[in-house]
Amino acid sequence: MKLIQRLGILLFLVGLTVFTVMPFLGSYTLTKELVLTNTKDIHQERMSKILAPMYGETYWSNFSFIAAFNDNFDSNNDVLKAESKWEEVIWDDYSFALAKSSISSPVRDNPWLFFGLSIGFAVLGGLFYNLPNHRDEPAGIKNNGIFHSSMKNRGWMGMVTGAYLIVFYIILYWFPAYIVNQVWMVNPLSMILSGNSASQWFLYGTIYTLAIAVMGVRMFRKYKGNRYQQLRTASVMFFQTAFAFLIPEILVLLNQPYYDFKNIWPLDYDFFYDYQVETFISAGGVGMFMLIWGILLISIAVPVFTYFFGKRWYCSWVCGCGGLAETVGDPYRQLSNKSLKAWKYERVIVHSVLVLAVVMTGLTIANYFSGFALLGNVTNQLHSFYGFAIGSVFAGVVGTGFYPFMGNRVWCRFGCPLAAYLGIVQRFKSRFRITTNGGQCISCGNCSTYCEMGIDVRWYAQRGQQIVRASCVGCGVCSAVCPRGVLKLENGPEENRVNEMPIIIGNDSIKVKA
Amino acid sequence: MSSNRHVVIIGNGIAGVTCARQLRKLDDSVRITLVSGESRYFFSRTALMYVFMGHMKFEHTQPYENWFWEKNRIELKEGWVKSIDFSAKNLHFKSGENLSYDELVIATGSKPNKFGWPGEDLQGVQGLYSKQDLELMEENTSVGVQRAVIVGGGLIGIEMAEMLAYKKIPVTFLVRESGFWRNVLPKEESELVGRHMLEHHIDLRLNEELDEILADPNARVQAVRTKSGEIIPCQFVGLTAGVTPNIDFLRKTQLVVNRGVKVDFGFRTNIANVYSIGDCAEFHEAPAAHRKPVEQVWYTGRMHGETLGYILAGKKVTYQPGVWFNSAKFLDIEYQTYGTVPAKWEEDKISSFYWEHAGGKVAFRMLMDLEGRILGVNNLGLRLRHEFFDQAIREKWEGSKAIAKLDKANFDPEFFAPYFMEIQQAFKSQFGGDIKVFRKTFIQKLFGASV
Repeated sequence: MKLIQRLGILLFLVGLTVFTVMPFLGSYTLTKELVLTNTKDIHQERMSKILAPMYGETYWSNFSFIAAFNDNFDSNNDVLKAESKWEEVIWDDYSFALAKSSISSPVRDNPWLFFGLSIGFAVLGGLFYNLPNHRDEPAGIKNNGIFHSSMKNRGWMGMVTGAYLIVFYIILYWFPAYIVNQVWMVNPLSMILSGNSASQWFLYGTIYTLAIAVMGVRMFRKYKGNRYQQLRTASVMFFQTAFAFLIPEILVLLNQPYYDFKNIWPLDYDFFYDYQVETFISAGGVGMFMLIWGILLISIAVPVFTYFFGKRWYCSWVCGCGGLAETVGDPYRQLSNKSLKAWKYERVIVHSVLVLAVVMTGLTIANYFSGFALLGNVTNQLHSFYGFAIGSVFAGVVGTGFYPFMGNRVWCRFGCPLAAYLGIVQRFKSRFRITTNGGQCISCGNCSTYCEMGIDVRWYAQRGQQIVRASCVGCGVCSAVCPRGVLKLENGPEENRVNEMPIIIGNDSIKVKA
Repeated sequence: MSSNRHVVIIGNGIAGVTCARQLRKLDDSVRITLVSGESRYFFSRTALMYVFMGHMKFEHTQPYENWFWEKNRIELKEGWVKSIDFSAKNLHFKSGENLSYDELVIATGSKPNKFGWPGEDLQGVQGLYSKQDLELMEENTSVGVQRAVIVGGGLIGIEMAEMLAYKKIPVTFLVRESGFWRNVLPKEESELVGRHMLEHHIDLRLNEELDEILADPNARVQAVRTKSGEIIPCQFVGLTAGVTPNIDFLRKTQLVVNRGVKVDFGFRTNIANVYSIGDCAEFHEAPAAHRKPVEQVWYTGRMHGETLGYILAGKKVTYQPGVWFNSAKFLDIEYQTYGTVPAKWEEDKISSFYWEHAGGKVAFRMLMDLEGRILGVNNLGLRLRHEFFDQAIREKWEGSKAIAKLDKANFDPEFFAPYFMEIQQAFKSQFGGDIKVFRKTFIQKLFGASV
């Protein structure tokens, strides 16, 4: 078994290495034809002139190609900006499309080969490593050595992993032109699914889905005696693969709008953006269904399901961010901050993001119905601010990149406006709670340590109180790691859901008036 | 009662800390000082094993953040008390410092039993109770331990075995009784745990006792000899044959002590304004049937502290424990007990219902009196609700009534195998009675684990 697992690590590292060196392969040759086919009609003529100095040149690295592109492109724009000819400035970024089309590389020629060598090896390695895990051990809690691990306790391996993820997200969001080889690698898969060539987002979706699958297998092994953990892991794997990855691509294949049926506003912050609503409305019956479905999710499904089951129905069973956190992020769940101070920051920040999302969406809708007379294109600037600060930096770079530093739910805890909304329902109008089993708590601290949301579960449990907290995503790990059977996630009557127990059960010395 | 009096509590374990917290809740002005040489901040002793195994860091075992004490004006005094001048109401510390008190609470806990075995003080031989013991164990097991021997088949012993297994150190476990924790667990439960220990590759030796611990030339353990004459080479010996009150510094003083500090049900000692709670207190008589004069459990320590907090705040209360409960975890198998289930009972006075899952890792026992009323339950590998059995035992329910409502008592996570249905079935076939066995819901059939 050890041998297979070692081979797994080796394969994974080979895959990761191939993936990492891929941007350095190939050469770039730009032609006028490529510029014409990859730019908007209004820009074609000017772009083909601006980039003319590059035609026929062979650039041997992405750095030199992108540098040359930026030189030509920026010098043109800079002149226009200096002359205050704002209308003529070209705001679109064509670097990705042009880099992608002008590259000739072994990856572009053999996409499936490189797919296999990088992602394929990494997936296979991950499975080799995860599948034999805990094979000869009885079912039970498998937290041995977590705080002695460099990877899981902010050692150098954790730091390197976090840094790699952060760099990856920065490139993905703002410098995709550097990773066109990786995009070419998934191009054939994209053609099969949607009939379109791949974007960096398709690359990201592919990796994301596979990561959840491979690390979901790890969860099955780690929690082999725990049906609750296994079911919710299977659930996030299913929703990611089907709803977030396959169905939207197939919709595109069928000439329908790209839509993730489980993504809910305000997490899906552009749902009410004017161009998005236009897309729905102009797509006929299917588009209208999507629009109505999305509104029903927000207005009916969230309150009703959260009333009956708590926010876990979404956060740890359905959501894609939650899916990644609960699988890829599971090894880091113990790194969340449990201090009272962190809770105070959490409440201020997450509700601020919710307010921001609501205000932004409200203004967008009002502006839309006023025919843009109200605010003009101010909402566009609001959108780009939100998309940058919340959608990209917070949810992506910090949300995932900080797993090895601050735990796997940084985004869900501090940033997600939908989690804030679900949390308000869960705190004030829900049947969900974590029940404390009378006086059985021994204050050991396993529950608090392994709470990914940074809830100090023990604080309640050692008082015999039930845990009713807005942030609880119902992952059930506190209950799993409790050595004395003290915690149970339950849906029950709202009466006495929040209980104060001045005296813990089992002591008859003190009579307390009921 | 003077409100600016100074209450000093020696020992910041669960008993002392609970006492301090309760007193502060009830009395805003009293000055409270917690004294500890072991650790500045309160930590959960029961969690030390998890620090060793890397499940937690030591700071995670501290139930309150460090600001908590100042906010609640509970002063913390670090240091070991050397002696107490009861007439001058003064504590003398090993460091030479003094601290005066108006009221004193002795909550110094326990220390591991040593029965005068030859070699019990050798290097590499230790018990496990305190933070210092944990640090010593980390040191003692850091290099060159090919085998460890654990002496004494109780809860700390099996915890130590699990800790050593984390370091891949093979363990031989000497148990004097015929089964693991057999002085507490009935035969079947004890055997179930014993099988699980074998599953974890623990070399369990029943009916075997320590005779002598043998030293190498450096006064370090190199082997143990058992009563049966076998010599087991080992580099580490865990002494886990129970604990005894940690009150040596109080012997030969005015304070009346026996095994522990003698107290009444108001936790008063023979000296006015001096109290004792937790593991180190010994009641003049057992506080209830089936209880002992010295109670050395986390939960009783907490209840002592809770009750004394009220007493020190001037409330007229005495210690009256309710229905007994306890819990433990044996490697992967959780154990809970409610009410009275002794290791042995008279068959003609008590009837026992025992169910064990075919897999041999889940079990349920219920003892009933001759009228069929529930006396207590043991459950292994499944979780049961404290409140349910507290009520059922207090109100002396018929055993069959408790079984009929067992779905309400089930505390296992959702989608877990509904063992309670099989328990109901088994009870019905053995004892009859009007029990409607629960059927799986559609969702359970579809997604739930099967028994």
